[in-house]
Amino acid sequence: MRPITEGLFTEEMPPRLLGGRDRENGRIVFPCPADSRFVATPLARVGKIWSYTIQRFRPKTPPYEGPQTFVPFAVAYVELPDEVIVEARLTDVKHEDIHIGMLVEFSPSPLDPDAESSVLIPAFRPIGAAA
Amino acid sequence: MSDVCIVGIGIHRFGRTDGMSGVDQGVYATYAALADAGIKWQDIQFAYGSSDAAGNPDTMVEQLGLTGVQFINIRNGCAAGGSALFSGQMAIKSGEFDLGMAVGFDKHPRGAFNALPSEYNLPDWYGAAGYMVTTQFFATKITRYMHDYGITRTALARVAEKAFANGAKADHAWRREPLTLDDILNAPLVSDPYTKPMFCSPAEGGVALILASEKKARELGRPLIRLKAASMRTRPNGSFEVFAPSIDIQRGGTATRLAAAAAFHQAGIDPNDIAIAQLQDTEAGAEIMHMAENGFCRDGEQEQWLAEQRTHLNGKLPINTDGGCLACGEPIGASGLRQVYENVVQLRGNAGARQVAGNPKTAYSHVYGAPGVSAVTILER
Repeated sequence: MRPITEGLFTEEMPPRLLGGRDRENGRIVFPCPADSRFVATPLARVGKIWSYTIQRFRPKTPPYEGPQTFVPFAVAYVELPDEVIVEARLTDVKHEDIHIGMLVEFSPSPLDPDAESSVLIPAFRPIGAAA
Repeated sequence: MSDVCIVGIGIHRFGRTDGMSGVDQGVYATYAALADAGIKWQDIQFAYGSSDAAGNPDTMVEQLGLTGVQFINIRNGCAAGGSALFSGQMAIKSGEFDLGMAVGFDKHPRGAFNALPSEYNLPDWYGAAGYMVTTQFFATKITRYMHDYGITRTALARVAEKAFANGAKADHAWRREPLTLDDILNAPLVSDPYTKPMFCSPAEGGVALILASEKKARELGRPLIRLKAASMRTRPNGSFEVFAPSIDIQRGGTATRLAAAAAFHQAGIDPNDIAIAQLQDTEAGAEIMHMAENGFCRDGEQEQWLAEQRTHLNGKLPINTDGGCLACGEPIGASGLRQVYENVVQLRGNAGARQVAGNPKTAYSHVYGAPGVSAVTILER
């Protein structure tokens, strides 16, 4: 499976998210802007949930390209220590178990889990969750 | 410098009006405002018009009359109406004009706002992955706020309960059926922790305000409702805005805090002096966060304020006296002007069943929206 777009995560296994570090002030953002002011920088693999919600209706298409058959999904902002807070899917967790402060690790997830050739999107899962 | 006064107000009821375009609803509101001020369209020297999705406001002149009037269109996200009013106020304060109009209308398709990444300078994958959803952002924002300041879901429901109770008493509101706390808490979840009635819906409506210099207002003989402050601000570093793939760990201020501080400074008063407030409540938690961001209480105190009904019509600081966005829906171009309309009605003592007691003399309005804009007004009678 390939990433939903180039330059979102590293090619190592397991991969890390790629942020952009501002050459002028060191501020880190995600994704890395196509601007020479920012240097692509691999981000911490482990972070903690800063906030979250459950998306309970299918987002409108366009722009959403997920499966037609909708299953509610968890979205989180994950704080990567001393770097930045990034928005990503949360997988491999019961929705009622999610809480602020929960430790999670980066693990890209298919946009459509039932499709053989789904693209991968940025996602986190609880540390130690089964792949 | 002379004060700017609001001498006429008009509204086309919010909600859904099949067979009437957004422009038509703006024209309807304009005629109502002109009649309220006792003037004719030919007397209007300038207009600022706001609409997000219903076409160019200046096309209204085809119906209102081709007088050659200066008419400037404004598109400024959720602050559009506030920006029209701000601009109108500046036109009079400059001394260039002494009688003009701020008008706003909109007509959005049903369902959630349909935003595309390219409109927000975001990569396409961000929308493809399912993040271009305003309700999702609002839910993550309040989840964090509830965690930081001990706000409960019951408090969220209390805001919605009050909104529908007030909306039931407002002719121009859309949702006019009161709901119980249980109705609200047990409704289907849209994006946790929010249920459906805790969110406003995109809607339709139109509002027009006639602005005059103090001298002109005295000539017209209308009650003097003074626009003591109008401010508009954009976001500072570290704010948390809709459609953000990442945010800074170091949290910062908000556009609302900046706009509120500027308005209180202009008016020379502080939050304790305000008798009624209309605060952006696109979702129940927004009203809660905005109570603190506008300086009416400290973060976390809202839980007690709501339990004690301090923001009800008969409370210490009535908030969203016509049901706000939750009961009126949100036509983006008109929403901020509806707040000011409601404040004028209240200050004149004409609000009928929803009239705030105690002869209010000061009224506050606040809008906030994407991508981190806020506009505030303070009226005084």
